[in-house]
Amino acid sequence: MKNTSATSDWILFIAFAAAVLTMPIWLAPFGANYPDLMQKFAIFGVFAIGFNILFGLTGYLSFGHAAFLGVGSYTAVWSFKLLTMNVLPAVVFSIVVAGAFAFLIGFISLRRSGIYFSILTLAFAQMSYNLAYSVLTPITNGETGLQLSLSDARVLDAAVGVSTGRSLPSTSLFGIKMSGLPGFYFCAVALIIGFFIALRITRSPFGTMLRGIKSNQTRMSYTGLNTRPYLIWAFVISGMYAGLAGSLLAVTDPLAGAERMQWTASGEVVLMTILGGAGTLLGPVLGAALIKYFENIFSAFNDVTLNQAFDALPDGLQGFVVELVSLFVGDGWHLTLGLLFMITVIFLPGGIMEGMRRIGGLFTRKKPQPASSTTSAVADPS
Amino acid sequence: MENTVLHVADVHKSFAGLHALSDIDLSVREGETHAIIGPNGAGKSTLLNVCIGRLRPTSGQVVFDGQNLTGKQPHEINQLGVVRVFQTPEIFPELSLLENVMIPVLAKRDGAFKLSWFRRFSGENDARVQAEDILTDLGLGALVGSEAGSLSRGDKRRLELAMGLAQQPRLLLLDEPTAGMARHDTNATIDLLKRIKAQGMTKVIIEHDMHVVFSLADRISVLAGGRIICQGTPEEVKADPRVKEAYLGEEQV
Repeated sequence: MKNTSATSDWILFIAFAAAVLTMPIWLAPFGANYPDLMQKFAIFGVFAIGFNILFGLTGYLSFGHAAFLGVGSYTAVWSFKLLTMNVLPAVVFSIVVAGAFAFLIGFISLRRSGIYFSILTLAFAQMSYNLAYSVLTPITNGETGLQLSLSDARVLDAAVGVSTGRSLPSTSLFGIKMSGLPGFYFCAVALIIGFFIALRITRSPFGTMLRGIKSNQTRMSYTGLNTRPYLIWAFVISGMYAGLAGSLLAVTDPLAGAERMQWTASGEVVLMTILGGAGTLLGPVLGAALIKYFENIFSAFNDVTLNQAFDALPDGLQGFVVELVSLFVGDGWHLTLGLLFMITVIFLPGGIMEGMRRIGGLFTRKKPQPASSTTSAVADPS
Repeated sequence: MENTVLHVADVHKSFAGLHALSDIDLSVREGETHAIIGPNGAGKSTLLNVCIGRLRPTSGQVVFDGQNLTGKQPHEINQLGVVRVFQTPEIFPELSLLENVMIPVLAKRDGAFKLSWFRRFSGENDARVQAEDILTDLGLGALVGSEAGSLSRGDKRRLELAMGLAQQPRLLLLDEPTAGMARHDTNATIDLLKRIKAQGMTKVIIEHDMHVVFSLADRISVLAGGRIICQGTPEEVKADPRVKEAYLGEEQV
């Protein structure tokens, strides 16, 4: 029995890995197979997977996860400036620093639950954002953002005799430049590893305890479980994912600005997770990809492209339609996102994953219900 | 005198000046089934809440097996072996029955916290077999895979009982275990509790149904107006005039 379930997990994981690695091929028809966008899919996929470990499993809604994303970016850029342009140390340091920072914030915020927890995390993130702009300017370089410069120390690179020459160096993995397609593959591997760890956590006793906290936290304590360390660990793990995502942003483009920590960025990952399906494994990745795709596609439209698209219409009508549609594209693409989000929450509270389950259900409804077995007894949300 | 497992020593509890419990002194002996009865509002549930750490007594203390429970966290009290079954079923509605029972089994085995993120929950075979046995024992064996929230109220209560028993508690506190059950289910629960009693588990049981009380209890404490007005064997309590007085106008004994 247990093997069936473990096997289906491996199938899910391998299918996921294959889908991620072949993105440059199957995204071509959608016009989304250029590296910049695919990097974003992978990076925000990591961010959303991590966020889902906290929100999807325990039900604790953090509104401050962008703070960890920002911390990850700053740490990575500092690693590029001080140590080496190799991306591995940057990634490791970012995860560690973001994890430590998440422990601090989680330790305090998790004293409360529900809306109070959300407000506390939001307050901490906004505090970090404002500090990055003001007193922490020596670390964050304020409004300009933290960037590489020719005068950076890069002690490890200097020690092995890599000279930067007269131009700014680029991030690399043992000589492979982390821009374009190699950069995407680096992020893709991070996403696949992140997905694997999230899968293991979800299926583990630890993950089940987290779901128990979401279901009935009071009952957990009367069952002899100390919910606080469980919640702190979930918070720290999701903070580490956010730190990883932040470092990947710096890997693909080595600069870090405070706007990454703004509350809108925290809100975006909430949207991604809910849109895809909170508590599911694939949902957050799908939600992240969908939002980043729409952001790129819809915001690229302008009046000229619209006029071309509706050229066939009579003149008066064309002007009207272009006017109307232009509200939803270009800078107004957030309106589209808002509508999409409202439709999802109202008609599909479980997000895209629930939609897929319903469609799947249409085809399997005729089949007799399988007898309850121990395999199905342990819920396997995918 | 036999071994005292739980000693409620001189406990007072008041809410904003209202005395919910006063001068409560209660000893529960190893292996006995001790029933607490009394009219509505007598303070029975408050007393149980004090015992499991949900409420802090205003004064006095609760001692379990030589350890003072006063001021301890609910999970610490549970880890000592004191398990409560609630009156309104406290379950995990979104999880399956099997998960509902495996969580307490694992809590007993692994302690209050364990970061076991690389094991598989469904691979915890010992815990699963134990949980399945208990569920089968309580007549829920066919439903192990169902979502607990979809159960009938009676089944939810039985599930919660299963969750309590899964921890093999040293002291089981039952808050009206048969309330809301059909007669048939009530009798099944009485049979089950008798079987547990034969295994020597110590129980404190709050119950309205006198049929249940007199078929299970070794000793009875009668609570009225926040005080224990009578304590003794079922025969002694039946014969006590104060008990009849306390119940007059409330319900017939």
